[in-house]
Amino acid sequence: MSVTLLIEQLLNGVQLGTMLFLMASGLTLVFGVMGLINLAHGSFYMVGAYATAAVTASTGSFLVGLGAGIIAAALVGALVELIVIRRLYHRPHLDQVLATFALILIFSEGTRWIFGSSPMRLSPPSWLTGFVTLPGDTRYPIYRLMLIGVGITVSIALYFLISKTRLGMRIRAGESDREMIGALGVNISKLYTLVFALGAGLAGLAGALVGALQSVQVGMGEPVLILAFVVIVIGGIGSIKGALFGALLVGLVDTLGRVYLPIFFRTFMPPSEASGVGAALAAMLIYILMAIILAFKPKGLFSAHD
Amino acid sequence: MTNNTPLTNNTGLSKSAAPGVANSGLATQPDNHFDRKGLVQIVLLGLLFLVPVAAYFLGHIYYVNLASRITIIAMAAVGLNLAIGYGGMVSFGHAAYFGLGGYVAGISAYHAFNFTPFMTWPVNVPGSDSMLVVWLVAILVCALLALAIGAISLRTTGVYFIMITLAFAQMIYYFANSWPTYGGEDGLPIYLRNGLPGLDTNNALTYFLICFFGLVLAMAITSRLMKSRFGAALTMARLNDVRLATAGISPYPIRLVAFVISAVITGLAGALYADLNGFVSPTMLSWHFSGELMVIVILGGVGRLYGPLAGAVLFVMMETLLGGMTQYWQLFLGLVLLGVVLFAKHGVMGWLAGRERNE
Repeated sequence: MSVTLLIEQLLNGVQLGTMLFLMASGLTLVFGVMGLINLAHGSFYMVGAYATAAVTASTGSFLVGLGAGIIAAALVGALVELIVIRRLYHRPHLDQVLATFALILIFSEGTRWIFGSSPMRLSPPSWLTGFVTLPGDTRYPIYRLMLIGVGITVSIALYFLISKTRLGMRIRAGESDREMIGALGVNISKLYTLVFALGAGLAGLAGALVGALQSVQVGMGEPVLILAFVVIVIGGIGSIKGALFGALLVGLVDTLGRVYLPIFFRTFMPPSEASGVGAALAAMLIYILMAIILAFKPKGLFSAHD
Repeated sequence: MTNNTPLTNNTGLSKSAAPGVANSGLATQPDNHFDRKGLVQIVLLGLLFLVPVAAYFLGHIYYVNLASRITIIAMAAVGLNLAIGYGGMVSFGHAAYFGLGGYVAGISAYHAFNFTPFMTWPVNVPGSDSMLVVWLVAILVCALLALAIGAISLRTTGVYFIMITLAFAQMIYYFANSWPTYGGEDGLPIYLRNGLPGLDTNNALTYFLICFFGLVLAMAITSRLMKSRFGAALTMARLNDVRLATAGISPYPIRLVAFVISAVITGLAGALYADLNGFVSPTMLSWHFSGELMVIVILGGVGRLYGPLAGAVLFVMMETLLGGMTQYWQLFLGLVLLGVVLFAKHGVMGWLAGRERNE
């Protein structure tokens, strides 16, 4: 029983981690290449989920919906970059925070205006519902397993994109010296739009996939955004490797903490108190982890920038 | 360094209103907008005082409470402005102190109301319904929390600092959300407003005057602080911390102290806010509120003594007026904010009273 629980929770942790990576990789790329802190990244997550829900409802196909969600998020990302974000690259971080905070307000209220306040329905397709039996008699939902698969696939694809393709070369060049690649004749503004749209598309994918698991509603991107911030702070802002490592670490610590801390406190406290203390402490666990890591490595584990 | 000569003026209006570069002896720049600025400041503070007094005697209690709300939010923003505007520390987590101050008021009143002790071990600590006790505890608790958060966060700079302060505030938020003793996510009502000896705090005007006193005090402290040697060091820590270090002053403790003072001011505002609403909930701790406080500081004009006040007036007015017209008022707030950030960097005070800093 307890081994089953452990396997199940480990998988849940990895699943949360892979979805966090989809969010965090976009954030960290945008920061690494353009030096921009983007609070509105959670809005792309929400846009992806809403577009997927709307298209899935009208076409009946989850896959078509998913494709539409990714494209919608990437397009909205590109549009936002063209209209607002590119005015912010040379501004101080404070301006970037405020402008993207303004974008959150606009996106959240705009979505509420169009789709209403009640959550939209989005559920996984029938061929992805059900359970698989893993070794050790663990029954685990296929859909969550699929999320892990998608997360791993995207991570590998991203690795190849960045280390093997021409676009990836430019991204890496942009990370190490922005002015120089402009001087070398690379169309920097096009590159920036592309990177921003890529990040937005990944966030949209995460939003669509998680939206089918939880619910599609206004403000759904905000808790994830803050987790993604913790991830990239732990991993080192600008580092994809750090984002992957941080995402898995945060996913596992958060998931396991929520399950095992209350159990742990129950060994020496009355059950009602134990669940309260355990839950409260579990909610703080990843932030404590972040504080400890930063106390020793103020630039995160895999810092790309000094 | 103690004789910080005030700018040459003969009106004396805004003796307390020239923070930052001009005062620290780093740059001497003639202030052309002197009279205009002083006038705007007097009008702003005067209106904030006179309108609720008039409203009270005309029987419009609603406007008195609205003015209390503006005053408290302005006070919280004064605290944040000390960190962001004067210290250059972009804290995205000041809701933590605001909410913590609120919870001190709420928890204290809760125990006083139920006659239950807050804790029994190692010493018996009862609740209290006295604002003086609440404020004192709020100051202590916020200072300790800010000391811990600041000590870790200030080891980092730039984006890291923004995100870490945000993350710590979220930590407190989730803690309050999932800790069931004091209402968890439902929040905690304050059935009886905490009291002050000799005053009827339930009277709307009395309460407004308490808040107004708090705001003026916070502004006076900020002004005094920024005119002191400490303020000069803080300004230099913002402008060029290497030069400050070369002068033999370590920037880290200077920043940390400013961060703690800033948090304490915001925390006290939070305690006042909880008593005003008779309710405290994790919403006061949420990152949305941190964002709104930053918005207020920027709308008003960052690093200006009266900026937070102007920003708070504008923000609460927009919330009240636009919120009355459409439930999607935050959409318009977003558009206004975007416009201010992209096109009007100096905020309302910059527009009304002229630019202050050489940027």
